[in-house]
Amino acid sequence: MKVLVPVKRVVDANVKVRVNADNTNVDTANLKMAINPFCEIAVEEAVRLKEAGIATEIVVASIGPKASQEQLRTAMALGADRGIHVETEEELAPLSIAKILNAIQANEQAQLIMLGKQSIDGDNNQTGQMLAALAGLPQATFASEVKVEGEQLVVTREIDGGLQTLKMPLPAIVTTDLRLNEPRYAKLPNIMKAKRKPLDTVTVDSLGVTLKQHQKVLKVTPPAERQAGIMVASVEELVEKLKNEAKVI
Amino acid sequence: MAILVIAEHDNATLKLDTAKVVACAQAVGSEVDVLVAGHNCGAAADSAKQLAGVRQVLVADSAVYANAIAENLSQLIVSVASEYQHILAAASSVGKDVLPRVAALLDVAQISEVVEVVSEDTFVRPIYAGSAMATVQSLDAIKVMTVRASAFDAVAQDGSASVQTLDNEYSGDVEFVSQTLSESERPDLGAASVVVSGGRAMGSAENFAILEQLADKLGGALGASRAAVDAGYVPNDLQVGQTGKIVAPDLYIAVGISGAIQHLAGMKDSKVIVAINKDPEAPIFQVADYGLEADLFEAVPKLLELI
Repeated sequence: MKVLVPVKRVVDANVKVRVNADNTNVDTANLKMAINPFCEIAVEEAVRLKEAGIATEIVVASIGPKASQEQLRTAMALGADRGIHVETEEELAPLSIAKILNAIQANEQAQLIMLGKQSIDGDNNQTGQMLAALAGLPQATFASEVKVEGEQLVVTREIDGGLQTLKMPLPAIVTTDLRLNEPRYAKLPNIMKAKRKPLDTVTVDSLGVTLKQHQKVLKVTPPAERQAGIMVASVEELVEKLKNEAKVI
Repeated sequence: MAILVIAEHDNATLKLDTAKVVACAQAVGSEVDVLVAGHNCGAAADSAKQLAGVRQVLVADSAVYANAIAENLSQLIVSVASEYQHILAAASSVGKDVLPRVAALLDVAQISEVVEVVSEDTFVRPIYAGSAMATVQSLDAIKVMTVRASAFDAVAQDGSASVQTLDNEYSGDVEFVSQTLSESERPDLGAASVVVSGGRAMGSAENFAILEQLADKLGGALGASRAAVDAGYVPNDLQVGQTGKIVAPDLYIAVGISGAIQHLAGMKDSKVIVAINKDPEAPIFQVADYGLEADLFEAVPKLLELI
């Protein structure tokens, strides 16, 4: 079975971003970039399915500037077989991304499409669900366990009160949650080998997708600053402050 | 034009989140309808009728909606969507699962985790784990959005909306297998006025017992950092942060939590933040109103004694 894994290039999770001076966006120049952590979990799960003899080919795809190829190479070093890079300088909304991925899926006909549940930059948590709607496929979001049983997929999902298990026919869409697995590190020989794996570059136009603008970002501002707090010297002082100053207990 | 709010409920009870999303809807416009889709969900529908300012409650009661399967719910919502200019749901696990599917079926974008309504087409939402706030204008005819419930105050319960029954049943390929919910006597994490959270420094699942006692004494909920969840100290539905629950209680007590960006994203809108940590350099102290540099195993028992 073929598995398609879309991955996104984002600012590294440990970097604190700042809003730029003219309040139009966050300043990402010269920041360390990486594969979105949830996408990494999706790649790992696909690789494990391959190691278990279930997946036969793993295709990774990324939409973004030329530099996104670094993340595709990383995914290939982790075990993906080939990459598709949709080159665009535009920052696209999740719906547009989903439309592009739907066009890729129309060509690839993957049995399983595995995405991260959200990207840590836009925090949208939309693309997988939107792709499922456009492709007319069932979806299992926020997966913490994925099992392929013949033509069926059994997925345990993290929901607000606990866990839920769903069963659905393949092809299907899965979005990964943190608890699905612990991604491996790329080994040096695999990083070298990944450089020789096939990577196709295509454009949005060549995929036959027409996009429209759905929203405009009017401004990006820093969040409200919290007033500086105080350090208390003892538990007694803390309780006194909470009772008499903050009046919360 | 009218606004549709998708109710958050477990069939028997309407969650407080719904009343908060209705408050957000009222900041957009006045004709607010609530959709209660579920199975044997009469009680939840009755509570929805009482939400102040709600015009009409749409009730879809069928076994196909029992477990909030996204495929089924999204088709139901799309079937009534043409009546509405806005479709809102809480940014809960159900809202986040269903609404993007609805938006794509309608060929419109979605705005996630709205925290402020600027006008009927312009909204504010956090990006980059809350490190920045984006003001976004929707250009679509139907605005589909999830709402961060903690950013709005629940509406009162003195309304008397009319009820309309929807009998369309939609079902797709997804089969419900099972569900395990964590049982807890404590208030719901999202709705609690006090949250006591523990991190990696708690050291073990057993040690969380002292935080449970503290939470119970304050009538609050128990929360945790990702590190504590990953270590298996507590179940993952207690995780507070960018990818877990977003809370904004009156009092948030962070015990043994360093304060990574991803954790702060889930709690920095709390009214009063208390941090207990033995590392004076821990980033949590930068957002804490009251910080105590101490060993939690000495400080928490003492705290229990004094309150």
